[in-house]
Amino acid sequence: MAHSATAPIEQYNYDIVKKFALITLFWGIAGMSAGVYIASELAWPFLNWDIAQITFGRLRPLHTSGVIFGFGGNALFATSFYIVQRTCQTRLWGGNGLPNFIFYGWNAALLIGGVGYLMGITQGREYAEPEWYVDLMILVVWVAYFLVFTMTLLKRTQPHIYVANWFFMAYILAVALLHIFNNLAMPVSFFGAKSYSLFSGAQDAMTQWWYGHNAVGFFLTASFLGMMYYFVPKQAGRPIYSYRLSIVHFWALSFMYMWVGTHHLHWTAIPDWTSSLAAAFSILLLMPSWGGMINGIMTLSGAWDKLRSDPIMMFLITSLSFYGMSTFEGPMMALKSVNALSHYTDWTVGHVHSGALGWVAMVSFGSLYHMIPKLWGTKIWSEKLIYIHFFFATIGILLYITALWVSGIGQGLMLRAFDQYGNLKYSFIETVVFMHGPLVARAVAGMFFVAGMFLMVYNVWKTIANSQEASDEATASASA
Amino acid sequence: MMKHESIETNAGLLIVLTLAAISIGGLVEIVPLFHIEGTVESVKNAEGKDAVRPYTPLEQLGRDVYTREGCYNCHSQMIRPFRDEALRYGHYSLAAESQYDHPFQWGSKRTGPDLARVGGKYSSTWHTQHLDKPTSVVPESIMPNYPWLLKDDLDYSDLQDKMKALKKVGVPYSLTKEEFAKNVDQFGEDVAKLLDINQAETNMIEQAKKGNFDGDPARLTEMDALVAYLQILGTMVDFSKHDEAEFINFR
Repeated sequence: MAHSATAPIEQYNYDIVKKFALITLFWGIAGMSAGVYIASELAWPFLNWDIAQITFGRLRPLHTSGVIFGFGGNALFATSFYIVQRTCQTRLWGGNGLPNFIFYGWNAALLIGGVGYLMGITQGREYAEPEWYVDLMILVVWVAYFLVFTMTLLKRTQPHIYVANWFFMAYILAVALLHIFNNLAMPVSFFGAKSYSLFSGAQDAMTQWWYGHNAVGFFLTASFLGMMYYFVPKQAGRPIYSYRLSIVHFWALSFMYMWVGTHHLHWTAIPDWTSSLAAAFSILLLMPSWGGMINGIMTLSGAWDKLRSDPIMMFLITSLSFYGMSTFEGPMMALKSVNALSHYTDWTVGHVHSGALGWVAMVSFGSLYHMIPKLWGTKIWSEKLIYIHFFFATIGILLYITALWVSGIGQGLMLRAFDQYGNLKYSFIETVVFMHGPLVARAVAGMFFVAGMFLMVYNVWKTIANSQEASDEATASASA
Repeated sequence: MMKHESIETNAGLLIVLTLAAISIGGLVEIVPLFHIEGTVESVKNAEGKDAVRPYTPLEQLGRDVYTREGCYNCHSQMIRPFRDEALRYGHYSLAAESQYDHPFQWGSKRTGPDLARVGGKYSSTWHTQHLDKPTSVVPESIMPNYPWLLKDDLDYSDLQDKMKALKKVGVPYSLTKEEFAKNVDQFGEDVAKLLDINQAETNMIEQAKKGNFDGDPARLTEMDALVAYLQILGTMVDFSKHDEAEFINFR
């Protein structure tokens, strides 16, 4: 490479951002394909093949960890390292060593944890399945992440810390807190994989769903809002709509999210007051959530034509729309009366995916499409392919959540139906038969979404290949 | 009044204030549960002893199989206080009933039915056949087959270590004479014997032989343990002996 041409880029550590961006795509394919496979197992159970390692119960954690911590986690490392450098106008702290340690440590932990699930090694806690030794690895990586991020903030050349970085900071702190307390456990032996949780029963349930919901609140929301606060204004070429609103948004969101986890435990054997408190805060949470959505979408005011002409903007604004939709649906489902019907059904699964696919994945796609060409100093290979990806993804999501509304609300209603004598109208297995159709539709919806993901990988691959060709040519002509 | 700008220009202040904002919710909702009496009810049986006891060695190993296979991904163990659930599953679950569950397995999804009171509902023969091939007893079932549970011998090499680990996190298994005596006091002598770590292996083999859960008395399989666990679920409290008002107060 010609040094004179790349010298300004050396101002930032882009190498680590590139690594994280590429591995994000790998985990996206792996985690989402696992999702399609387990969805297919529910629709066509013969796909379990009597093989212990790939039965639904063992494979599902691989899907959830793969997409949340693999796809989402790596996307967050990539974008937060990109954003913190650019907004602080300084190179990432920790040289090359520490950021690389985070890269290899995080992905090794995911791999060890994931293979473990297939072998039946699990803590049996949703979204916190990795056993104690993987939890320790994650903790060490996370402390390194905190250090690199904070030290980079401290050596910034700008007086202000940009709003995106507040959200990343809240996410780093909250995830540390949640990870530590929810994974307190007693290993059976130093050389064995098995451990037992420190807490039991009701207290364990409270701790787990305090973790579980805030994994959504901070790992999948606050952090991705950080992404949004940088890439939406950048792509729109306009400043954020309201700086004041982002301040209110940030503090209200950080404060309120931690209260709402208990809405996952409505009507269970926990004290009623915790449940009511969580329901109340869930309703309150609608306001900062929509404040953030409005702040993002209104940033486009004066440039609405970009919604027609710019597929990256389509991803970003659609993601905010799904964010608004699922942050409305969430508080509604947190009402005890609605929850009585929706809990334990596919409605919850659909809700999670309108957030995870519609908001988290789409804002990531938009951000990556913006960032990747910049990292490699080139243009995207095919803008048209981004359009096609966008429609595959959108059709997939809409079909997915609609299918699971049918499945979930349908099952909920059937389970509480009585005949004229006051007996249960349906047996449980009759609801399973009913759900077959929607579950097939859901698997197909997942295939749409993954197909879009493959298009993205192809597009990125071509983009990078093009940039390397260009730089090879530059080198050749320079040396000639 | 402090301007927000002072936070935006000071990373340390940002960290401290953010930590404060995110800590309050958890502190208010979770910490009291460890102190308020009655979060977990005290339920006594006819002899005045604790109705809910820790799992026997065989049941606990069965529970480990339950966790390993990820059953919680499709089955809940938490019955809510609704009419349809009462008719379908039985009395709503009490906190006391899962007080020795490390980790809790209440679940969040019912792709299959709730299992909190599945104990005694079906014969062990039915469970064995169902786990081996669910469609053989429920033709429409979408549950995977678990044929290896019958094929694989139960690994109990670390049984005592497991019980010791559980003891460290608060399950009253006994090692010493004093602990045994305390268990006799709390659970009665018959139960106390089952909780003795020194007798764990003998107890486990005896329960498996007596229960003959998998239909093959010659072998001790993973199926024996899992079915023993399923058969105890939700059976420890005899609700016919209790007044409903007694439990309402705890909610």
